[in-house]
This record gives sequence, C-alpha cells and structure tokens, in this order.
Amino acid sequence: MRRTLTHLESLEAESIHILREVAAEFQRPVMLYSIGKDSSVMVRLAQKAFYPGRIPFPLLHIDTTYKFREMVEFRDRFCGEIGARLLVHTNTRAIEDGANPFRLGTQKCCGLLKTRALLDALAEGGFDAAFGGARRDEEKSRAKERVYSFRDAFGQWDPRNQRPELWNLFNARINKGESIRVFPLSNWTELDVWHYIHLENIPIVPLYFAKERPMVVRGEMLIPVEHDIPLLPGEQPRMVMCRMRSLGCTPCTGAIRSEADTVPKIIAEMIQFRRSERENRVIDHDQEGSMEVKKREGYF
Amino acid sequence: MAAGSIEELALADWLETTARTELLRFTTAGSVDDGKSTLIGRLLYDSKGVYEDQLASVRKATRNLTTGGLDLSLLTDGLRAEREQGITIDVAYRYFSTPRRKFIIADTPGHEQYTRNMVTGASTADLAIVLIDARYGVLPQSRRHAFLASLLGIPHLAVAVNKMDLVDFSEAVFDEIREAFTAFAQRLGPRDIQFIPLSALAGDNVVRRSDRMPWYHGPSLLEHLEAVPIASDRNLADLRFPVQYVIRPDLNFRGLAGQLVSGVLRTGDEVTVLPGGQSSRVKQIVTLDGALEEAFAPMSVTVCLENELDVSRGDMLAHAGNLPHSARSLEATMVWMSDRPLDPHRPYLLKHTTQTVQARVREIRHRVDIGTLEPSPAAQLQLNEIGVVAIEAQRPLFFDLYRRNRATGGFIWIDPITNETVGAGMITGGVAAADQRDSAVTPAERRERHGHAPAIILTDGDEDVARLLERRLFDRGCQVYLAPGDADERVLRALFAYGMVAIVVRTSAETAARLSDIAVRMVSGEDRNLAVEDLVQRLTYIPRPSAAENLEGDGI
Repeated sequence: MRRTLTHLESLEAESIHILREVAAEFQRPVMLYSIGKDSSVMVRLAQKAFYPGRIPFPLLHIDTTYKFREMVEFRDRFCGEIGARLLVHTNTRAIEDGANPFRLGTQKCCGLLKTRALLDALAEGGFDAAFGGARRDEEKSRAKERVYSFRDAFGQWDPRNQRPELWNLFNARINKGESIRVFPLSNWTELDVWHYIHLENIPIVPLYFAKERPMVVRGEMLIPVEHDIPLLPGEQPRMVMCRMRSLGCTPCTGAIRSEADTVPKIIAEMIQFRRSERENRVIDHDQEGSMEVKKREGYF
Repeated sequence: MAAGSIEELALADWLETTARTELLRFTTAGSVDDGKSTLIGRLLYDSKGVYEDQLASVRKATRNLTTGGLDLSLLTDGLRAEREQGITIDVAYRYFSTPRRKFIIADTPGHEQYTRNMVTGASTADLAIVLIDARYGVLPQSRRHAFLASLLGIPHLAVAVNKMDLVDFSEAVFDEIREAFTAFAQRLGPRDIQFIPLSALAGDNVVRRSDRMPWYHGPSLLEHLEAVPIASDRNLADLRFPVQYVIRPDLNFRGLAGQLVSGVLRTGDEVTVLPGGQSSRVKQIVTLDGALEEAFAPMSVTVCLENELDVSRGDMLAHAGNLPHSARSLEATMVWMSDRPLDPHRPYLLKHTTQTVQARVREIRHRVDIGTLEPSPAAQLQLNEIGVVAIEAQRPLFFDLYRRNRATGGFIWIDPITNETVGAGMITGGVAAADQRDSAVTPAERRERHGHAPAIILTDGDEDVARLLERRLFDRGCQVYLAPGDADERVLRALFAYGMVAIVVRTSAETAARLSDIAVRMVSGEDRNLAVEDLVQRLTYIPRPSAAENLEGDGI
C-alpha cells in the first residue's frame, strides 16, 4: 500500500490544517473571496476541512464595482450552490465622491476601493482573522510573508516585525483590534493551483478560458472593453482570441492572447511559456516594490 | 506557440507524471559572500523556474553587483529594506520543480544574529544545504549552520563547496574541506551527508555535472535533491493524532478533525484518548472524497469513534500499546528569538501540537555555544542564544522526544503580554520520574553535591571505550558506575535519579528505546580518546546555579 503523499496531497493536507487551526483559535474568522481561481481552490479546501459540516465562517467579497460582469454572476451562483454565507462590501462613499481608476490613477483607486474598503469591512464585521488566497510564488515581497501575517490595529503589515513561524505551530494570540491575515495557499504555485483545479474539477470563472473578446490593444497589453474605459486617440476595440490569467478590476486586468479553452490546455500553455501572472496586472508595475508598499498599507 | 500544438497524449502524460511527484523541503543558510543567493538563483534559473518577466525586472534593478551578466542573487532578495542594505534579512520561500520533485526552499540569512530565522527555516526542512567557500574552508559559520540543522532534526545535509572555480577546481582543496567537516559533524550524531564541489556563478555541478572536475563522480546538487530518499524519514511507527477541531453538524455526527503528525490509523483500530485515557475504536475515517480504510501522516482527516466520548481540541489519539510520554516537567533545548531575554521568573505560554498551556522555565541549565557546541553558564538567554532549560507546564503535555518526532517534540514559547513568539523548544527529555515525586532533595541540589549532572550513557558495545570513560570520569570526581549489561530500565532510572553517571556497554534495543528520554548515545567514531574527552568535558561541566535553581514548588 502506498504510504507517501504526492506534492499536491501534501499541500492539501497542510492547507486544511491551517484552515482548521484558524476556525478553532479565532472568534470571528472570515474568508476573503475574490472570485478568482485561487479563491475557488481555497473554498474547496475549506469544504474539505469541515466536511460534513458547513464552512464555519462567511466569505467576504470586496466589490469595487469595476469587476467583470461574468465574475459577479459566477460569484452569486457558486456561493448559492455550495451554501456559503456571502458578504459583499463596497466603499460606496468613495464611489459617490467620484473615485474611479480613470480619474484617480490606479494607485489611488486601489487604495480607496480595495485597501480602504477591505479594512473597513474587516473592522465593521469585527473579524479577527481573514483568509486570503495569496501565494508566496506570486511576487518577491510575498515570498517572505508568513502563513499567519500579523496586522496592527490599523490593519498594517510590518515586514521587520514578523513572528517567527516554526513547524506547523501558529501563534494566534492578538490583542483587541488587531488581526491576522492567513494564507492557506502560501506554499502553492500557480501551476499547483491549476493542476488541483484540474484534478478536483473545481468550477472557475469562464474568463479564464480563451474566447473571442472585444479588446483594446495597447502596446503589449490587451485591455477588456468594459466599464467605459477611455480610449486613446486612434484606439479601436477589436475582437481578439484571448483569456485572463488573473482576475482583478477590468481596467487593470490585461488579457493574454491564447487559444487555451480547457484547464489542461491552460496548463500546457503555462508549461510552454511561463510568464508571471502578475505581469498583466497593471497595479504591480506602478512603482518598484509596489506590492510591498501596498501590503504595508493593508492590502492583501 | 499555441497551446493546441501540444499533443494531447504528451499532456496527459505530463499531468500523470506530475501528479505523482513528491515534495522536498530544503533550507539554505549562508551569508552574502558565500554566494548563497547566487546558488539559489542558479537552481531556479537553470531549472527554468524563473519567469521571464521577473528576469526582466532583475535586469532593470541590477547595479553592477557582479561583473557582467545577470546578478542571480537579485532573484531571491525580496524586500526593499534588504535591497537597500544588500543583505537578506528574513526567511524567504522559493519554489521550483523538476519532473521528479517539487521543491520548497526556505532561504535564510547566515549571520549569527539571524539564528532565529535559520531555525525557522530549518524547522520543516527535509534537507539543509550548507555552503562553504572553497577558498576559506570550514569557518565557524559553516559549523553553526550544521549544528542548527542537526538541532532542528534535519535528516539530510548537503555540503556545497562553492567557488571551486577560484581554487582551480582542486581535488585536494575539496578533500581537505570534506575531512575537516566530517570530523566536526561526527559530534552532531549520525546523519546523511553529501559533499558536492561546485561553482554557483559558473553553474558547475549545480544542475548539470561539470566536466571541469573529472575527479568528482557524485551527483550534481540538483540530481542529489531529486534523488535523496525522504520517504523513510517520516515516522509511521507512532500514531499521534492531535485533535484540532470537533466537527458537529448535527446530533448524529461527531468528528474529530486533525492532521496525523505521525503514524498510521486504520478503521477499527483501538485508540486511547489522552489525557483522559479512555479507549475506543475508530468507527470511520471521514473525508469529503469518501471514507478511508487507512490514513497516514501527514494526512488531514476527520475521525469518528465508536463511543460518544467527550473529546475536544488539545486531546490526542494514540494506539493503546504505543503512547507518548506524559509529563508536566520537561527538559528542552530552547532557541531564544526575542530582544527581551528569557525571564525565568515569568509565566509564558507554551504551544505544543494543538494545546496551549501556561508554563515557566524552572532553570536554565546552561547555554550552548552554537559555534563550538560548548556549554557555558547562563542566568539568561538572549536573542539568538540557545540553552538547555527545565520547563514546568501547568498541565501535562503528551510528547515524544524531538529527535524521534519533530511534531510532538517541538513547541513554541509565547510572551503572554506582547503576544510575540519569543522562543522555540525541542524536547530532549521528560524530567526523570524521580524529579516529579515528592523528594525532599531537588535534582539541582544533587547536581551541586555531585559536581555533575546525572547521565545514562549507551556506548556502541566497545568495552575498552566504556572502561576508559569510567576511569576518566572517576578520576574527575564523578559518581560513575559501569552498569551490568542486563541492568533493567528501573535500575538505570534509579541511578539517574540519584544523580549518577551510569555507563551501559550493551543493552537490548527495547531497553534503549524505553530510556530514550534520559539516555545519551556515545558515538566514538575514529578517535576514541577525543570522544571520551568530549563526553567527560560535557558531563563534568557545572553550570553556575541560576536564580531559577532556588525556585521550587508548583507556583506557575
């Protein structure tokens, strides 16, 4: 009888352990649900961790109102099907004040509609632990992120003052008002996530699959035509066979040219040309080390 | 190239192969000058693990730190603060895979002040890479890394002798380093060590074997990482299932959720629930993917028992015939990780498996110099220091010795006021049974009277060495006794409790196993006299009585 785990089985066991630790040791955990593929995997792991019980915490979606229509449709259908409790939070005041990516620039827009909205939602809900689907392989500053990432009463991260994390013993002690961000997928790579989606047959938003879509072609980037994106002189949307490698807000999510319309084809594509998925997210290129700056401020 | 051009068959094949790959976690330690970041960069780069656009941003950030080409170390140095200082200040995790294995690297800085990071990275590693600069040989730093790897129980060591290009790929240099390191490593106990001569900068023997060192017939570093056998490192002998969470969706279902940290559990097994000691049988092992006949470490499962027992988080399931130790008083090696020194007068919190209990350090027995392994007296433990401590917990812990079981032998130490993780402990022994009885004389008093700590020494069967050791210890004023070969466990424990040093030439494996909480093995290796001297030094060393020594009783 086989008594070794494959790398995906090891990762799964580790993630389930983390999910259960948090459910056992915190008063009010919540799971950040971004609708993306990593969130889908994280939700599946939560189902496994508490089966046959229900997921004992709500899912929270920070809706900037600049998400793809298909994402919101998928979110409502998926959460309904699995019987998860879904909370949606929007920084309505900022939007009423006219915050939008075209006017403010992506950095400021992200600060208000994502980071601020997230911090407000966590404070309002009194959540002391929030799961996020971030992976350490995504970006350099993430490589040093703990599984339990301590945030002060302002939700901010101090990279110089992280708690050492040994074995699988996580320190869940916090004072009132402080919180922990928890990353159960820390040790997964993008390829692991796709592989797991394939093996487990996990539903994902159709935007990940290649299809002819109207796009603005700007330099190397393909920008989806949604939410009235302002066109530069001479730009015309055209139909391009493409797919999204990661899902954010439409103005900041670039597509890639691709014909991969199934999960195995996506995996094949990844093996053939590897490009970090975040390359197509405009926000990380704003400034050198920009993810680290965002994280210090409270971004996931 | 379009995705469709991959043949379906090749893809199915890939999915199939990759689904079977194992995970290997390894740690690297070394400082800026060792070329550690360059080595990791080389592994990632040559194994095609580096994404193209990340390479592009490295090209942008490189500021002539190396002559010509790409500075591979920038691939791994992440945070801004580090980039400004040019050193790696924290544990960074890296991922790459080959068709044979998936790898997780815990990349840690090598400076003395970063012991805490090294220990963190080492805690879950299967293998440690110790980097040695071929020009300078085995430095105190290399010894420190090897010692920490050994302390944290990493089963495999790969000694990468780097910068071979700067010593003309000399076999003599490599051999000299190998001999020096081996001599030192013998004191760390037996482990698997592989020496590899390489050049991270030029790529020799990192991924592909180099033709510039024809005298070397071993594997390249990557080949070694891909092939080193790790399956047998896992403890599948002792079932330990700490209960994490109780799943109770309705009145008909009560499942104990947790991760098997060691051992194998089968449906129908009789298990004992600790601390209560009740027995029950496993009715079902539940997962979302269906019930299992058998679960093994490190699987996360949910266990249903036949009887309705009151089991909750912090309890542990084990097989009736193979229970962990249970004690409130233990001895542990502690790594201190906080700017504020360890205060033996204060209560702390100890997190072990799934329970957190109040605990305090009753005594700092001594500090260990991580360069020389020599003990020295200590009233305190400071940041990055390592010491042997006696701990008393408010409730009993169910533990195994760290060297037998990393998951049930390790704990973290938390400051209840700042909430920080301030220490990491590895249990080296339950304090002997007599220690916990109502004796009018404390073990500390006995140590002071005798002038040495008690010990049970198991030698490897060489009577000459045992006699030599007895003589030397006796001459040094030790209470020492060469115990008869058939001395049973109770006799030996009594000698230990009395404070004696008992030497056992040869004993049954069973007795040795049962004594594992207090016995030390003597590995004589090649130089008997040296080994004996070493042990005599360690045993006759008397730490200065610390303030904690006088603290007695149960006040926690």
